[in-house]
Amino acid sequence: MAIRLNKDDERRKIKRMTGAQAFVQALIDTDVDTVFGYPGGAVLSIYDALYDAPIRHILVRHEQGAAHAADGYARATGRPGVCLATSGPGATNLVTGIATAYMDSIPMVAFTGNVAQGLLGTDAFQEADITGITLPVTKHNYLVRSAKDLPKVIREAFHIASTGRPGPVLVDLPKDISIAQVDYEYPETVDLPGYKPTYKGHIRQILEAAYAISAAEKPLLYVGGGAVASGAHELLAQLAEKTNIPVTTTLMGLGAFPGTHRLFLGMLGMHGTVAANWAVCECDLLIAVGARFDDRVTGKLDQFAPNAKVIHIDIDPAEIGKNVPVDIPIVGDVAAVLEVLLEKVSPKSANAWLTQVEQWKQEYPLAYDKPETGELMPQEAIETLYKKTAGKAVVAGDVWQHQMWIAQYYKFDNPRHHLSSGGLGTMGYGFPAAIGAAVAKPDAEVWAVCGDGSFQMNAQELSTAATYDIPVKIMIINNSYLGMVRQWQELFFRQRYSNSHLMPNPDFVKLAEAHGVPGVTVKNRAQLEEAVHTAQNTSGPYLIDVHVVPEANVFPMVPAGGALSDMVGIRGRLES
Amino acid sequence: MKHTISIQVYNHSGVLARVAGLFSRRGYNIESIAVGVTEDPDISRMTIVVEGDEHIVEQITKNVHKLIDVLKVSDISQEDTVDRELALIKVAADTSNRSDILQIVDIFRAHIVDVSEKSVVVEIVGDEQKLEAIIQLLRPYGIKELTRTGKISMVRGSKPQSIPSRRIASA
Ligand SMILES: Cc1ncc(C[n+]2csc(CCOP(=O)(O)OP(=O)(O)O)c2C)c(N)n1
Ligand SMILES: [Mg+2]
Repeated sequence: MAIRLNKDDERRKIKRMTGAQAFVQALIDTDVDTVFGYPGGAVLSIYDALYDAPIRHILVRHEQGAAHAADGYARATGRPGVCLATSGPGATNLVTGIATAYMDSIPMVAFTGNVAQGLLGTDAFQEADITGITLPVTKHNYLVRSAKDLPKVIREAFHIASTGRPGPVLVDLPKDISIAQVDYEYPETVDLPGYKPTYKGHIRQILEAAYAISAAEKPLLYVGGGAVASGAHELLAQLAEKTNIPVTTTLMGLGAFPGTHRLFLGMLGMHGTVAANWAVCECDLLIAVGARFDDRVTGKLDQFAPNAKVIHIDIDPAEIGKNVPVDIPIVGDVAAVLEVLLEKVSPKSANAWLTQVEQWKQEYPLAYDKPETGELMPQEAIETLYKKTAGKAVVAGDVWQHQMWIAQYYKFDNPRHHLSSGGLGTMGYGFPAAIGAAVAKPDAEVWAVCGDGSFQMNAQELSTAATYDIPVKIMIINNSYLGMVRQWQELFFRQRYSNSHLMPNPDFVKLAEAHGVPGVTVKNRAQLEEAVHTAQNTSGPYLIDVHVVPEANVFPMVPAGGALSDMVGIRGRLES
Repeated sequence: MKHTISIQVYNHSGVLARVAGLFSRRGYNIESIAVGVTEDPDISRMTIVVEGDEHIVEQITKNVHKLIDVLKVSDISQEDTVDRELALIKVAADTSNRSDILQIVDIFRAHIVDVSEKSVVVEIVGDEQKLEAIIQLLRPYGIKELTRTGKISMVRGSKPQSIPSRRIASA
């Protein structure tokens, strides 16, 4: 049973309790409201303490779902998500979700049980060296050696996860820790001499950046997930407007700048827009804002922004100069740096460069053909969703073709509305992440737009959605293929479709119904619009299985290893 | 180029694995690593010698600096340092050549720390060149076993080694 302390009055008072109770109390004192988890032998005491604690525990159906849900919770709110699993297989099942969060710098704290300390390292039943396993995919991790350390470790874990460049932190709790008796005291402060992230940018560097912006004729803002993480969207919009600099974002940066803004060129990179990629090729100043020059963004590195001076603003010094040489590095929190830069930079009016990129935008919009048969194109499904949700929904995607179509056709105007596994590219991410987002933001309209392949990787979470009546709307972009694999096989492997056809897929509606989630199959636009309407008017979860043209491809495209100037599948307005 | 990296860490379990992991994930092989406590018993100093591209080593170093248990990192390759390493060398030796070996040991100011019928154990302290030189000279007699501590380094003069090198501090 948990001992309840009134947080504010009694925070400093020392109470005797078990380690498991201390664990729960420390979560309460850290303002944790939700835990996504799955019990097991090594965490039974913790689950006992959670039984009547004022913390909501969401029982997922697979620990990977717990990690992705915690991640979705974090992406939607900016607050660290929390997941909990037992030792051994429970812990290892979290790993993909932890790695997903790590690659995208998402704040998360993962708790795992472990065997009692006396058994550590003996291959005891359900033992896994989870701190060892997660070493390269966590920002930091802890193996708790004494119950009295729990409050301190938990406080530190949340601090580390959510400050600086955010990331997942894992805390491993041997079984004896949760049953030990402990004098509970929540630390007032965090003392980590080895951890001092730099927030304020160097003023001289910022002035140099301001000067470079004034001097540039063809500047371009290249914005990544760091702008979302630091809450810099408003400052970014002000900066772009004051200087009339066009903006492109990465997949992770979508929503950091309004998708419908006149200065927005769309996403750049492998499936970027013509305007965005050509602007990169032509610009004379590239201002990278919380972005990390990922290979999916840059294509062939030595031909990336070949004419540009580079300003790189990032909180992580190890990102500066990692992939491209930087002329003006600014280490600091994006928002903190932009605030100063915005003040120092002189206004610029629209110039020939802006006219040029706007012309590209007009001439080479994203385009696709609609078949005369009336079959649905996947792009059309996303456009329909965009319209029907007025562009306001939180949309979680899975991985690949449909993920790119979400990025291309759902114009996110706000940050923390697009949830997508960018760095790791984890199939099966979208649905549980949407559950996490919907739990975190009960008033938001949350959609999971899933691949038919990806959805099957975490379809078991239909039970979770049904159990808690979580209002997640699921749209499966059903092309009966591992579409990404099929597209690459079509283009680069002489149409040898090796193991990419998913037929027969399950009947997704029946699958949903078996879990207690209603749904409908749709095959044309009218049906889709009606189905979206029904979903929006259903209080709990709802699934729409959208049958789309199977062979649609994602274009334009920079073939792997190519330069951004080598795009294929470009369509001009005149041709379409 | 060969880099000598000096790292101050908290003596927490796993810290060695964390540091080493940042090298191995880029396919870098640590040539030597020496670890021991400092004047503060909670803090250890690691001296890592690694061969590699300047740019990549710099990036690894920055990542090492980010580790929560790491207090300070400096690439001291370009600094004026005192470098020492200790080696124990078991050389095949009998009455016929023992005095020749002794002569070499004397010239290098090394010591014989163990003698048996068929071998001697030589202890030598010095920088890398000195160790390499004696090993070369002893090799013809037959080196039966060789073990080295790995290099430890200290920046000369009053400048404490714990100040991160400018390259890292300014990044
Ligand atoms: C866990 C995992 N396994 C394999 C892959 C490789 N992969 C990337 S996309 C893809 C196919 C995705 O198919 P689907 O979910 O149907 O999406 P579509 O591309 O058809 O929209 C595969 C197999 C991956 N990204 N993640
Ligand atoms: Mg598919």
